[in-house]
Amino acid sequence: MTAMQPTPPPPGTGATPRLGPPPKQGLYDPWFEHDACGVGFVVNIKGRKSHEIVRQGLQVLLNLTHRGACGAEANTGDGAGILLQMPDKFLRKAARQVGIQLPPFGQYGVGMIFLPPDPLQRRNCERLFEVIAAEEGQEVLGWRTVPTDNSMLGETARASEPYMRQVFLRRSPDLADDMAFERKLYVIRKRAVTEIRNSGLQGSHYWYSASLSYKTIVYKGMLMPDQLPRYYADLVDPDLESALALVHSRFSTNTFPSWERGHPYRYVAHNGEINTLRGNINWMHARQAMFQSELFGEDIKAILPIINTNGSDSAMFDNCLELLVLAGRSLPHAIMMMIPEPWQNHESMDDAKKAFYEYHACLMEPWDGPASIAFTDGIRIGAVLDRNGLRPSRYYVTRDDLVIMASEVGVLDIPPDRVLQKGRLQPGRMFLVDTEEGRIVADEEIKRSIVTAHPYREWLNRHMIELSHLPEPTAVPEPDHRTVLQRQIAFGYTFEDLRLLMLPMARDGVEAVGSMGNDTPLAALSERPRLLYDYFKQLFAQVTNPPIDCIREEIVTASDTNLGAEGDLLNPRPEHCRRIHLKNPILTNEELAKIRQVNQVGFKPFTLPILFNPREGGVGLERAMHALYARADKAIAEGVNILILSDRGVDADNAPIPALLAISGLHHHLIRAGTRTRVSLVLESGEPREVHHFALLIGYGCSAINPYLAFETLDDLIRQGLLRDMDHKTACKNYARAAVKGVVKVCSKMGISTIQSYRGAQIFEAVGLHHRVVDKYFTWTPSRIEGVDLDVIAEEVLQRHRRAYAERSGNGAVLDPGGQYQWRQDGEFHLFNPDTIHLLHKAVRTGSYEVYQKYAEAVNDRARALCTLRSLLDFKPRTPVPLEEVEPVESIMRRFKTGAMSYGSISQEAHETLAIAMNRIGGKSNTGEGGEDPARYTWTNERGDSKNSAIKQVASGRFGVTSYYLINARELQIKMAQGAKPGEGGQLPGGKVYPWIAKVRHSTPGVGLISPPPHHDIYSIEDLAELIHDLKNANEHARISVKLVAEVGVGTVAAGVAKAHADVVLISGHDGGTGASPLTSIKHAGLPWELGLAETHQTLVLNNLRSRITVETDGQLKTGRDVIVAALLGAEEYGFATAPLVSMGCIMMRVCHLNTCPVGVATQDPRLRQNFTGKPEHVVNFMRFIAQDVREGMARLGFRTLNEMIGRTDVLEPRRAVDHWKARGIDLTDLLYQPEVPPTVGRYCQQPQDHGLEKSLDKTCLLELCRPALERGERVRATLPIRNIHRVVGTLTGSELTRRYGPEGLPEDTIRLHFQGSAGQSFGAFLPRGMTLILEGDANDYLGKGLSGGKIIVYPPAGATFVPEQNIIIGNVAFYGATSGEAYIRGMAGERFCVRNSGVHAVVEAVGDHGCEYMTGGRVVVLGPTGRNFAAGMSGGIAYVLDETGDFPRRCNLQMVGLEPLNDPEEIELVRDLIQRHAEYTRSERALKILVLWEEYRPRFVKVLPKDYRRMLQAFKRVADSGLSGDAAWMAAFEENARDLARVGGG
Amino acid sequence: MGKPTGFLDYARELPLDRAALERIKDWNEFHLHPAEARLREQAARCMDCGTPFCHTGKILNGMTSGCPINNLIPEWNDLVYRGLWLEALERLHKTNNFPEFTGRVCPAPCEGSCNAGLVTAPVTIKEIECAIIDRGWDEGWVQPRPPAVRTDKSVAIVGSGPAGLAAAAQLNRVGHTVTVFERADRPGGLLMYGIPNMKLDKRLVQRRVDLLAAEGVRFVTHTEVGVNYDPRRLRANFDAVILCTGATRPRDLPVEGRDLRGIHFAMDYLTANTRRLLDGRANGAFIDAAGKDVVVVGGGDTGTDCCGTALRQGCRSLVQLEILPRPPLERAPDNPWPEWPKIYRVDYGQEEAAAVFGGDPRVYLTTVKKFLGDARGHVAGVRTVQVTWEKDAQGRYLPREVPGTEKERPAQLVLLAMGFLGPEPTLLDQLGLERDARSNIKAEHGRFHTNLPGVFAAGDCRRGQSLVVWAIHEGRGAARECDRYLMGDTVLP
Repeated sequence: MTAMQPTPPPPGTGATPRLGPPPKQGLYDPWFEHDACGVGFVVNIKGRKSHEIVRQGLQVLLNLTHRGACGAEANTGDGAGILLQMPDKFLRKAARQVGIQLPPFGQYGVGMIFLPPDPLQRRNCERLFEVIAAEEGQEVLGWRTVPTDNSMLGETARASEPYMRQVFLRRSPDLADDMAFERKLYVIRKRAVTEIRNSGLQGSHYWYSASLSYKTIVYKGMLMPDQLPRYYADLVDPDLESALALVHSRFSTNTFPSWERGHPYRYVAHNGEINTLRGNINWMHARQAMFQSELFGEDIKAILPIINTNGSDSAMFDNCLELLVLAGRSLPHAIMMMIPEPWQNHESMDDAKKAFYEYHACLMEPWDGPASIAFTDGIRIGAVLDRNGLRPSRYYVTRDDLVIMASEVGVLDIPPDRVLQKGRLQPGRMFLVDTEEGRIVADEEIKRSIVTAHPYREWLNRHMIELSHLPEPTAVPEPDHRTVLQRQIAFGYTFEDLRLLMLPMARDGVEAVGSMGNDTPLAALSERPRLLYDYFKQLFAQVTNPPIDCIREEIVTASDTNLGAEGDLLNPRPEHCRRIHLKNPILTNEELAKIRQVNQVGFKPFTLPILFNPREGGVGLERAMHALYARADKAIAEGVNILILSDRGVDADNAPIPALLAISGLHHHLIRAGTRTRVSLVLESGEPREVHHFALLIGYGCSAINPYLAFETLDDLIRQGLLRDMDHKTACKNYARAAVKGVVKVCSKMGISTIQSYRGAQIFEAVGLHHRVVDKYFTWTPSRIEGVDLDVIAEEVLQRHRRAYAERSGNGAVLDPGGQYQWRQDGEFHLFNPDTIHLLHKAVRTGSYEVYQKYAEAVNDRARALCTLRSLLDFKPRTPVPLEEVEPVESIMRRFKTGAMSYGSISQEAHETLAIAMNRIGGKSNTGEGGEDPARYTWTNERGDSKNSAIKQVASGRFGVTSYYLINARELQIKMAQGAKPGEGGQLPGGKVYPWIAKVRHSTPGVGLISPPPHHDIYSIEDLAELIHDLKNANEHARISVKLVAEVGVGTVAAGVAKAHADVVLISGHDGGTGASPLTSIKHAGLPWELGLAETHQTLVLNNLRSRITVETDGQLKTGRDVIVAALLGAEEYGFATAPLVSMGCIMMRVCHLNTCPVGVATQDPRLRQNFTGKPEHVVNFMRFIAQDVREGMARLGFRTLNEMIGRTDVLEPRRAVDHWKARGIDLTDLLYQPEVPPTVGRYCQQPQDHGLEKSLDKTCLLELCRPALERGERVRATLPIRNIHRVVGTLTGSELTRRYGPEGLPEDTIRLHFQGSAGQSFGAFLPRGMTLILEGDANDYLGKGLSGGKIIVYPPAGATFVPEQNIIIGNVAFYGATSGEAYIRGMAGERFCVRNSGVHAVVEAVGDHGCEYMTGGRVVVLGPTGRNFAAGMSGGIAYVLDETGDFPRRCNLQMVGLEPLNDPEEIELVRDLIQRHAEYTRSERALKILVLWEEYRPRFVKVLPKDYRRMLQAFKRVADSGLSGDAAWMAAFEENARDLARVGGG
Repeated sequence: MGKPTGFLDYARELPLDRAALERIKDWNEFHLHPAEARLREQAARCMDCGTPFCHTGKILNGMTSGCPINNLIPEWNDLVYRGLWLEALERLHKTNNFPEFTGRVCPAPCEGSCNAGLVTAPVTIKEIECAIIDRGWDEGWVQPRPPAVRTDKSVAIVGSGPAGLAAAAQLNRVGHTVTVFERADRPGGLLMYGIPNMKLDKRLVQRRVDLLAAEGVRFVTHTEVGVNYDPRRLRANFDAVILCTGATRPRDLPVEGRDLRGIHFAMDYLTANTRRLLDGRANGAFIDAAGKDVVVVGGGDTGTDCCGTALRQGCRSLVQLEILPRPPLERAPDNPWPEWPKIYRVDYGQEEAAAVFGGDPRVYLTTVKKFLGDARGHVAGVRTVQVTWEKDAQGRYLPREVPGTEKERPAQLVLLAMGFLGPEPTLLDQLGLERDARSNIKAEHGRFHTNLPGVFAAGDCRRGQSLVVWAIHEGRGAARECDRYLMGDTVLP
């Protein structure tokens, strides 16, 4: 959960304690705060109130402690709270004690109010509240001071602690019913917060009402879970009774005091994040102007604005939900509107439900993002998951009517025989307990009653119009070949755009791919005119929420778009779905013409030109914008509801307004005018042509786009023959498909799955735009370094325009080359260009520091000619120190690292050369995501060299991540994102998976590999904390590092990472990245490291977390100067990737993705690897030169050690006298900001993190227990209890085993530990061979993650009466990235069972959605039903699914796999044997039955075989038949397969 | 783009030239042009580099590396690979006004820095360039394109070599009225008379000149500004002037016997020969090698042209003296990619000499000590001596004669092809132009503006003796600056 507005600085003097995060300062902006958490509830289904429920609720909370966090102080929590039914009995007693006589239940309301500690200030606030209540006709009965005990609170929490009071109000008799009273209390609460906080009263900023209701009450605060009942004595009073308790434990990314940001809110407790928040706020703001409500009547005005932007995203979600409920919708109905199921591509959803969602899509966009939301109105309590099911939620139902739901299982001890059912929340499904009806209401039942309440389908049939059903247009604009070139020039097209961007889109229907990052200037620093789009960088999900895989999990995505006016959200009527429905937002010329000519009741399109007078410059542009607003206002007043903005009229006298400016400017104007929802904006423009353009236009409110010049360009390409064997229609179709796919991918990088909710969500940061432009036209877009104003934007348009319409033309009749992607002499500047590459080659080969200096000068000078932000910085003159007093080159080099480049992306020669070089200098090389040949761990030569990479990366694909791999690292790096393509996964096509690559990745040669966009064990910050903890257990001697990519808000994420106990945080720049990535991502995602690093350093210092974590940075670091700037901005370690590659011979071909690197660096082709001429000496030379350069710089600046330089931005100053036409507007003040903190606050890493390993079960018990096995290989047997708070059990012991016995481990079952109870997360992670863990009970998420040869057996406890195969026994994401071992699970697994498994043999009785996703090896037997999307992205291994109902194929994703019967005798034997063992180990009745009736069951097994794998197996068989064996056979099979692939791929 | 594995799948292949013994019988071009399919295959070898060094145009280690006019080589290679010749021609013409010249006479520094050459053999860039433009002419795609609008500005260009022609083409394109002054009878300068016909057919030069004329460029021949045209008129009648007079002052060899008859500067020899070819008759300046022992002093391109010409005239024997050592067969370690590869090459003249006389005519590390005359005051032989190169006190390499290595060789014709020292001073003095240390016109590269307002200099007269492609580079650059001077802004690249 994210997002809050900067809290206004408290009125009054500085003596007032700060509440909430500090105000925006430097690069820190509280808007980007995130939190995550554990959430849970306990309810008595029959609605029986008891104090026991409260007690149990608090117990659940306590057992979720590890999901919350504490800050710099151990006793200051991030927040904990509980929501209860109105405890009438207790309150009646308590009120009486303070002299208040409460009326009967339902006749009074209670508010939980946070007040200023000062009595006078408090009284003033209370008086004002009383006035408001009186004005609203309700009588305040009195106030009760809530007894609190703050003695155990940390200083931070205590310093900002409010005074807690309850207010009691009497319901006035004129209120018709309970809901009317509840609405009235809502009005009072909304008015009170607005009026009191704006009153100017001293201390009024304390005012907050946690709840004000007649039926619920919330106790919460800035507390640790165990502090909650100690702080609020009320909570332990036996008279305090409720039938339900909703609890929440918070993990915030900051250490700032905040009492009100604890959960629950009035209706929800939330674990997750709303990614589309900015859009949701804007749209709600736009909508509220139209609100009318019979229920509220005149009161509706008093509650505006609906969304209180001072809150977090959860609070805002709560604001909206509350409104929908109070305005008359049922709670489930409102939830279904805000978090709709993915209905668009659902293969089996019933039509009435689809119609419901389709209709409501016309009213409101989804609040999109990974979320588990528990909600209650005090009578009903329930929970839903986001459409993708990315959050864990498990529940138990007991025989005595109790339901326990929580982020984890095992949060309450329930004897097995009491458990009736164990379940999990499923994506898109609702779990609801109605205490009035006294039962659990099934998802189908709730929804059925809601979706059939109105004839939605009939309404849609009557009103909704499909675009394809509109009559054919009479007039479609014809392409004008004569002027195409001229208009291309006017819109800034280059030959490169055509060749590299548009051709692949039209030809293949996908975005083009490139390599080697980006070393061109930011738009605001470029000498050339750039399109406005280039000033915006895409944001992406990292850590606090996961990106989505829009390819493999396409079922959750949607590109649908509706055109037309929106109706009043509060008054749904049939005609509110009077819309034109588009399947996607890219319109062909014909489609646009249809819309333009639409002649049906309810639609009124109108076209507005977006042109300005080229002779009037910036003034003309601004005037044109105002004219556009005026014309739009007029049109809307006349009933127009589809506005088409068009630049078709571009000619010598008319220049185009940048389409993005027109769209966003108008969008924000209409929001301000309150008319935005009355009209859809459609764009007809020659300007947009690449994915980034489309994404921006939609992200700033555009509904649909007709890129007419792009289409005409395709036409011309066909005529010229550049685009072959293709007609215009197909080319346009492919192009549009690529564009839509690209936009969906941009959305998915942020974790957003529908274009509808992405629209207007503005998930971008502006870099280099003046705040006047941003505030006015791109309101609320983050922008931190100022930059160009409207006049420069106009000038950029006009430079293009002048060229296009010049009377004199001197440039030939062709497009300019461009030079963004490939260097060109007269194209965009690149830092690595022929000069610098040549000089660097020469310097490292000849070992000449003088030549290096020339190289550095060329880079720095050029940089001073403005390419990067650091090129805008100068060093202030300071007193130098003698060079010999400065720390030596050797110690500086120890801070150097090479970037994460996988063995697979670069050749063995290059990879090992880097490792040897970095080991020689005491720096660190990085394996990258692809494992490492274990032989390298022990290899050495006479020089004592080592090929072992010090840093071992753990990325989302987990390739080759075994216990042995982990134990051999000095640093373990969790890659959350990479600079070249943050928020994206990767794919290594089969043709590149050479046998030696497959070996270290534990996969099959020739079979493609997919790295998912998210880590499937990290969907939020508390998950990251878990993985950090897991890895620390897997190798307690390694530092744990987390790699992030710079974007706005990365500082707060880094603070969260520090709180999650990472030892190192790496801030990567957007420009680095050597791997293959979509060109859009290389150029437009992420930010320069300068911004990310400075923000990180500032935020960490502000939070007093900086001293516990090492900060590293990388991204096109090329010279000593770069390193010095990085140190001064806050980094103490430095990574290099491109420059070492160049040192080894790279010539920046940028063809890494083609496997044709001619110099043998980034290729696996044996022919090309021979060309590799790099030597460790070259890399050593480079590192030495850099260190020498740094050292000399330090001497000049008067620093003796690097540590004293860290964060010393006072040594830097913005370059004076920048007369660059664009860059002169840039202001780097915020970059150089130093937070005001006490001198005791450390500015570099000085103290180790407390990983808390000594508290682990392994350290307290298992290590000792297993000593005989570890020391002597003897058998160990034991039985132990286990609880959910015991996390990552067995891993530390396993790591010891691996340390002693190597990759082979010990004989099977040497250690056999039997656990009873509920295991915490990551049970048995990375377990090596020789260890068997038996769990009698159930397990949470990440069971057996990275299993490395061990065995895991799970079955229900003795005495359990539920049917195992119908109940959830293990959580989500089991055996993620496991490489070998066995697993037998008696019962059902959650989502993503065996995700990216590459070797484990597993038997399970049923699985949730996305089973066997991305699997590349191993065998999985499923003895029962699967969820949806089984085998998505599965390229290897085999699954055998017992399909008794015959509908498995519908739930299987057939993109990459084929289904076959099980009839190969060998395989039958294997499957049967596995089931046999399953039966034996788990005593599974189901397995026994199958074995007994084997001949009946066998034919019902479906074999799921990946197509890639099948082809490779066949190739191998052919090769083997011809007599080859071993490595030679694999190579031959690989080559044969590669030829097959080439045939299939046509190239 | 292109064929990613082309450089692995195909070997570099150049078409064979016409057989040496055959081609010396005439003055036609010796180079043969390959079939389209072969060309497209060769174009497929282009790797479409992210950083195409071929396209750079730098001076590394004193030699040109990459294309000085920044030809968009990967782009048109790809287009040729796809068979899109017209598009390739358009992209070629974007940076190069005269590809038919560079495609024939350029030493192709682009190929020296071609990335494919780093690991296998370079792409046959020059061959492909030549094929594109030849096809363009053949297909009639190269047509006069007079400017749509004329400015009221006029520009005089002195000298019609590659720099002058490039400047003229550029300035005319943007609407200025351009007059080119040429002292010879035909425009083209070095292209017309400096390079023999078998290397660059004069019809091609004339064709390009005609095209420029058709586009509106005025050529005034037989007019040597400063001799038979008053420089003051030039400045009075034109809004701007660009000097492209070349570096035509030859380096002499002032040793004993230099004043003997039969010792000529190469350029005089070559010019006279071409003029005879074009006019169909020899005039008084014509120098004939027929039946003579010929010694060419100088191992560069001009020396080679002398060899080819002498062979065609029917010389009796041929020796080419080179003072430098023979370069290695492969790149030396101190001469890595992307530098121009200083390696032993056999050019057409040597190939022909070998065919006729059975060996490379070049004698390395050798210079002339004395010219020997006959009784009639005509050269009869040369006395040569071998040299070694040694560093002097300043670290400069200087040749030192090796005692006892003197040798006499018969020679009735001696051709001096030892390069050029700079522009002729006549016009420069009259105008009062500042000169640099090397006697070239002083005008900063990139700005090309001399010390006189509105007077620009480009090509060899500014740069010193260099390549045709640098001349085009300079002509284009000077045109751009001239346009900026005239209009306050420029639309020229």
